[in-house]
Amino acid sequence: MKKEKILKNNKKEELLEGSMAIAKTVNNLEPNVVSAYPITPQTHIVEELAKFKADGKSKYEYLLAESEFAAASIILGASAAGVRAYSATSSQGLLLMTEVLYNISGLRLPVVMTIANRAIGAPINIWNDHSDAMAIRDAGWIMLFASDHQEAANQHVLAFKVAETLRLPVMVNVDGFIITHSYDSVIIPKKTDIKKFLPKYSPALGTYLNSKNPITIGAFFTPDKYWIERKTIHRDLDYAKKTINSAFNTWQKIFKTNSSPLSKLNTGLLEYIGSKNAKKIIIAMGSMCSTIEEVLKQEKNTALIKIKTYRPFPFEEIQEILKNKEQVFILEKSIAPGSQGGPLFLDIASSFKKEKPEITNYIVGLGGKDVSEEIITKITRNDTKKLVNFL
Amino acid sequence: MIKIRIHGRGGQGVVTAAELIALAAFNDGIKAFAFPVFGVERTGAPIQSYVRLDKEKILSKEQIYHPDIIIVQDPTLLGEDDTLSGSNKDTQLIINSEKSGQEIEKIIKSKIKEENIFSTPATKIALEVIGKNLVNTVTLGIFARHTKLISLASLNKAVKEKFSEKSQKIINENCQAIKLAYNYEKKQ
Repeated sequence: MKKEKILKNNKKEELLEGSMAIAKTVNNLEPNVVSAYPITPQTHIVEELAKFKADGKSKYEYLLAESEFAAASIILGASAAGVRAYSATSSQGLLLMTEVLYNISGLRLPVVMTIANRAIGAPINIWNDHSDAMAIRDAGWIMLFASDHQEAANQHVLAFKVAETLRLPVMVNVDGFIITHSYDSVIIPKKTDIKKFLPKYSPALGTYLNSKNPITIGAFFTPDKYWIERKTIHRDLDYAKKTINSAFNTWQKIFKTNSSPLSKLNTGLLEYIGSKNAKKIIIAMGSMCSTIEEVLKQEKNTALIKIKTYRPFPFEEIQEILKNKEQVFILEKSIAPGSQGGPLFLDIASSFKKEKPEITNYIVGLGGKDVSEEIITKITRNDTKKLVNFL
Repeated sequence: MIKIRIHGRGGQGVVTAAELIALAAFNDGIKAFAFPVFGVERTGAPIQSYVRLDKEKILSKEQIYHPDIIIVQDPTLLGEDDTLSGSNKDTQLIINSEKSGQEIEKIIKSKIKEENIFSTPATKIALEVIGKNLVNTVTLGIFARHTKLISLASLNKAVKEKFSEKSQKIINENCQAIKLAYNYEKKQ
């Protein structure tokens, strides 16, 4: 590599640790309340946010909680009181929040959280996979997945916009260590750009707890009413696809970042990377999508569907793309023990009403196992007859 | 693309070394992606960190299996199987050692040829200048000189950025140690 041939980096770019990029973006989004309990590997995010506060660089209230259950409860309370609230967590910490997560979505509170995805014990393991996110996938939250630092930064902006537009909570999933602890070039969205996109959060009086206009939230619902509330959440999450896509397009116009030269379709829900005529399709989420994209430079008969929004699940969009495709490889970093395949596989397999392509499920990267280019290449060339494969 | 793998022990600043290379390269206008692989974190345990450098956006997030450059902060790690794994005849070895390249080639059974081995007593330099066996910045001085991938000025700038919250004394000592390592062979 000769130095004179090297292009100058974009001046606005910074080389940042993933956690720092997320913390800086969140700070620019000006939440009113941040509460967290430190847990690896998201600790750097909340450490930075605490430091910004200590250094007078932020205006939020920062509350150190005594557990993740308390941290989630604090942001629930803050959001119920009508302010913008944020937290970050991971792994067992996310599981400890579970009860509160269901309450947050049931109460229609527009909370945003970052999840630094990590395995769940036992056995004890601190490394990355998607077991934590999959454990709470039915909590009624919108779930975004980022493949690199830039997408993580952008998805946090999108998260607050979508949450506050729809009064639904949003979690941004980033791969623990692989994104949180790595250094990459990233452009942090500036406050001036964010202000064009995300107005100051001011919910209408009567929609939040306020002594001047008292209301009751989280009341008791008898069997004849409860199901209607739950059905509404189900319906509204499905409707959220439109809002996610339109918010994504608006933000793209304000904050232009270069998309991949191989990208053929890029929406808030998913991205199609590779040749349109490719007969083989990989479907995946998170940081391994970047590594897959690198492999696709050589494997030209294969393309990638990167799922950016896992809940609501873009099954119609995926179905449309998979028409006329011959082979589908679903790569995922989690398992659903006792079922036919992994959670992502189950979502995709159930998307088809009639004919479906040949679908093979690959469980990869559990507990931090490296998803190497070699593994991905092997999958694209594989002709296994086994439905579920562990690599 | 240039792939760099750093081997050291917990407490030696293996992760910081990768970050400093990435920062220095970024300051020189090169795309960089650096990441650690955490094992069970304890002082003295072998640790690896990785850096990729390229003129285009770096996509791959896989660990580095076939490095172009291996940096060894602790010479006792040469005995570990992982240290030279995936190396080839063109792989460069930057090593903190009192031994000569010829002696090291013998120890590693010519897995890497003498001409690609750059040995400098980083521990000695660190003890003289910093007063502690902190060799991560020192080995980067050797790295900068032999690979020409990052400039001394950018490396110094990266140290100042990374250690901005540490004392001026620590920054000065590290920059001084880097300079000594960078010029080490020239003096001989």
